[in-house]
Amino acid sequence: MSSLDGFQANPALQPSWTRRISHFASTNTLLFVGGGIFLLIILAALFAPWIVPFEPNKIDFSHKLLAPSLEHLMGTDALGRDIFSRVVYGAQTSLIIGITVLAISMAIGVPIGLAAGYFGGKVDMLLMRISDIFLAFPPLLLPIAITAALGAGLFNAMLALAISWFPWYARIVRGSVMAIRKELYIDAARAMGVGSLRIMFRHALPNSWTPAIVQGSMDFGYTILAAASLSFIGIGAKPPTIEWGLMVALSRSKFLDYWWTAAFPGLAIFVTVLAVNLLGDGIRDMLDPKYRSAR
Amino acid sequence: MIKYVAQRLALMIVILAGVMVVTFALSRVLPGSPIEMMLGHRPTQEQIDLARAKLHVDEPIYTQFSYYVADMVRGDFGESLRTGRPVLEDVLESMTATFEVTTLAVILVVLVGVPLGVLSAVKQNHLVDHGARSFSIAGMALPVFLIGMMLQMLFYGELSWLPLQGRMNSEILLDYEFPRVTGLYLIDTLLAGQWLAFKSAAAHLVLPVLTLSIASLAVVTRITRNTMVEVLAQDYILTLKAYGMRKRRIYFLYALKATLIPMLTVIGLTYGFMLGGSVVVEYVFDWPGLGGYVVGAITKNDFPAVMGVTLFLSTIYLSVNLVIDLLYYLVDPRLRAT
Repeated sequence: MSSLDGFQANPALQPSWTRRISHFASTNTLLFVGGGIFLLIILAALFAPWIVPFEPNKIDFSHKLLAPSLEHLMGTDALGRDIFSRVVYGAQTSLIIGITVLAISMAIGVPIGLAAGYFGGKVDMLLMRISDIFLAFPPLLLPIAITAALGAGLFNAMLALAISWFPWYARIVRGSVMAIRKELYIDAARAMGVGSLRIMFRHALPNSWTPAIVQGSMDFGYTILAAASLSFIGIGAKPPTIEWGLMVALSRSKFLDYWWTAAFPGLAIFVTVLAVNLLGDGIRDMLDPKYRSAR
Repeated sequence: MIKYVAQRLALMIVILAGVMVVTFALSRVLPGSPIEMMLGHRPTQEQIDLARAKLHVDEPIYTQFSYYVADMVRGDFGESLRTGRPVLEDVLESMTATFEVTTLAVILVVLVGVPLGVLSAVKQNHLVDHGARSFSIAGMALPVFLIGMMLQMLFYGELSWLPLQGRMNSEILLDYEFPRVTGLYLIDTLLAGQWLAFKSAAAHLVLPVLTLSIASLAVVTRITRNTMVEVLAQDYILTLKAYGMRKRRIYFLYALKATLIPMLTVIGLTYGFMLGGSVVVEYVFDWPGLGGYVVGAITKNDFPAVMGVTLFLSTIYLSVNLVIDLLYYLVDPRLRAT
């Protein structure tokens, strides 16, 4: 014991903080790159009003369809609006979309998964079969149908995406709750007369939500992509909302002659989703060592 | 085998019933009167009465549902508000266009993605692997519509090699008659021996097929690679290597066989992905398929058409998955034992 104490007390033998961080960074390069870019995007979204050189929705026909220049970094669109300013503001919309869709689908999926995993048996059967129905539609088709029913619009599109996405969370949470439902501390809580609801949320959930978080970090990019697609085909965001997919859609009649009107919002989607995906992969590797070797 | 097929079929019917509950709920329970949704905004009293009778709105909701199911099963999806024709007719007509693109894309993806994934797994952490992985990571972050528009910019805008959109040149379509035997223009033009029309059809297909393929190639390559990596780490592969068997034989005979089942799953998923993705792709390329039809329907509030397509595509999606489940059974002897 004493020799071990001596070892720990020797600061020279412990790697310094800077070394630990640089080691972590070198083994998780992609996580760092993705995280860095994502941080920049968050900052851009937060400080958009102070970053942008122009009012993003200000129409100015005397400056329409200008090529990228020092004044207009990404050029202007058919209504003379500064594309750079609009791309920066678009970051706000995309982040809100990602967070909202994930929050709603987790809010639906997690309790269902908890109940299915905790009670098992017939409850499990019923809840999971119901969830399965939502997986029986080709991807993107159910959101389209739901949005068509609710009416086009960004909030309805987000709700539709969440409704078609919740079964994945239900499945994941169910799986991890099943794995712990026979643990001693659950039995102990039950023996002490703790109610089912309280056991589920206070004891089972904290010990089984890592996989759901991992899945969430990987789905964030998907939701941004899907929402952009819905906006692109005209059933998602509507002007004056500034959304990247919608910007690309509005450029459709002109993009062959004025490439920048489509290219920069498109690039913004690509870079954001790429960064988020890299970050998500990194988070998964960190929280779930099982995947480290498989990659 | 028969028992297995019966089980799968029964399960599919149950899920289809569930799907119908969803589409029914979407068309009845949600805001707005279903009549208004079916007839548009200015129906005559006569139309309203007809629709009321057809929808059985005066009866309890479960009775309405049973009528709904009966209609759907008979293939009566109602009438499109936009075209004024039965939705099923519209659907069947535009389906062939979608089928042509998605099927060609699936074939292309399997032919390119699977070998690429295998190569990437075999040459783990080499240049090829890094290249393939970077490609698939990038591919998953690209919006489908952007891929399509970039291809349009390059092959139409810059190079003028390929047409911008549509399924065939309108002049050629008028000048060269060919009977719609299969509905697939590539085959129909060949059958009629119309070489020029065939060339036009093929040229129009290139970009939509490429767009859909690039979008799902990333996923297929990645999953193939990961399954192959797992298989290659198995003991029996190590044993074969220890016996000194030729590498090529190990990879393509023994390892690839073990990846067949995950591969089938991937193909099923890809097909589903494409059915959804085709909505966006068809919109970009003005392709007269189901996707284009459904988008047009949404913008015109043509509710019966949207729900009809949804139900139809889901049925196809489920059927594809059923076929794949049955293929599992043929491929995997372990399933047969149980």
